[in-house]
Amino acid sequence: MNKVVKNAKEAIKDMRDGQTFMLGGFGLCGIPENTIHALVDSGLTNLTCISNNAGVDDFGLGLLLKKHQIKKMISSYVGENKEFERQLLSGELEVDLIPQGTLAERIRAGGAGIPAFYVPAGYGTEVGEGKESREFNGKMHLLEYGLIADFAIVKAWKGDTMGNLIYRETANNFNQPMAMAGKITIAEVEILVPAGELNPNEIHTPGIFVQRIFLGVDYEKRIEFETVRES
Amino acid sequence: MSLDKNGIAKRIAQELKDGYYVNLGIGIPTLVANYVPNNIEVILQSENGLLGIGPFPEKGKADPDLINAGKQTVTTIPGSAFFDSSLSFAMIRGGHIDLTVLGAFEVTDKGDISSWKIPGKMVKGMGGAMDLVAAAKNIIVATTHTDRHGKPKLKTKCDLPLTGIKCVKKIVSDLAVLDVTDKGFKLIERAPGVSVEEILEKTGAPVIVEGDIPEMKL
Repeated sequence: MNKVVKNAKEAIKDMRDGQTFMLGGFGLCGIPENTIHALVDSGLTNLTCISNNAGVDDFGLGLLLKKHQIKKMISSYVGENKEFERQLLSGELEVDLIPQGTLAERIRAGGAGIPAFYVPAGYGTEVGEGKESREFNGKMHLLEYGLIADFAIVKAWKGDTMGNLIYRETANNFNQPMAMAGKITIAEVEILVPAGELNPNEIHTPGIFVQRIFLGVDYEKRIEFETVRES
Repeated sequence: MSLDKNGIAKRIAQELKDGYYVNLGIGIPTLVANYVPNNIEVILQSENGLLGIGPFPEKGKADPDLINAGKQTVTTIPGSAFFDSSLSFAMIRGGHIDLTVLGAFEVTDKGDISSWKIPGKMVKGMGGAMDLVAAAKNIIVATTHTDRHGKPKLKTKCDLPLTGIKCVKKIVSDLAVLDVTDKGFKLIERAPGVSVEEILEKTGAPVIVEGDIPEMKL
């Protein structure tokens, strides 16, 4: 079994206008940089994007927003992107803001074949408007639905030719649940090795969830807020 | 004298207990980490997937793969663990976090909080705040007592969109420590040199005052 494709361009070659995709990362940490650049080059439009954040104006998802390739965003926090805020306030962009833990669980549930579940987050707020609610153990909960996407695009540290993935530090974040929730999951990795070279004890995402994998190049890994100790 | 933000953080740090797992929000709450008493061990959780947040890195040693929920570069401590976002919120939603500290635009005497949205002006999103307030056993709000225009932030009803309802247990402001009880706000301590009268005047809801109210010891 070999799931390796040449590069990001090849990995997204059958993606179409109007499709839904998930994009891993938290802020700019652990984002699939190679595939984002390929999406910008592809000119695909009318996309729905599920991503915790929206990048910054000139990096990450911000690049796709700037070119108006995204019709709708499903996110939890988008504060670092002025273009996003402008498009949202002007009505150019449709946005569904979801509590972060609910978003993560909706994605995990989608990938795990769980159509819906109850959580307390958002009850009594505008997030709960129009949603089914129910009391468990004396506390009110909202019914939330599992999420899947046509494509899940994730970034891992190491991967092998069978699609097994290992994430590094806090660059795991949304990548691991999203890897489960794509009809087609694309993984880009910093280190790609033949099957058998990764320690099976250390694998976060078993290869069954991954359809395409490629070795990413030229990672910028931009830091959003570099904060250092005062000496 | 009202407290500055470090004073508020210092007072909140007195609420920490040995062995606590704590989630600190962005802003004043983050400063609480600077005042953890030396004789206790507290583990900080960051909802982007880190248990055991260490200090900021030394200059030149920042690692782009290692950030906190405020997207600042951080380090680990001996015993740290990494995990994905759904597991992170399983810790939060599952009630495994002992204390959550966060900021607010408004808090009510019922424990309702608004902290994430100013309609038409600011639409950054709620991030993990709604999950945290809906699930944490113990929630302390760190805030100034009044807003920039001098209007009370402690009220009977939130005017801004809610983050959660009936969840805040305690408020530490620049003027006072108040508990949110079944009967409303209860004054516990006042900032050094601040009178009970000033606190009552700057609070937009009834406050229960029983006996002499001690000054905070900082």
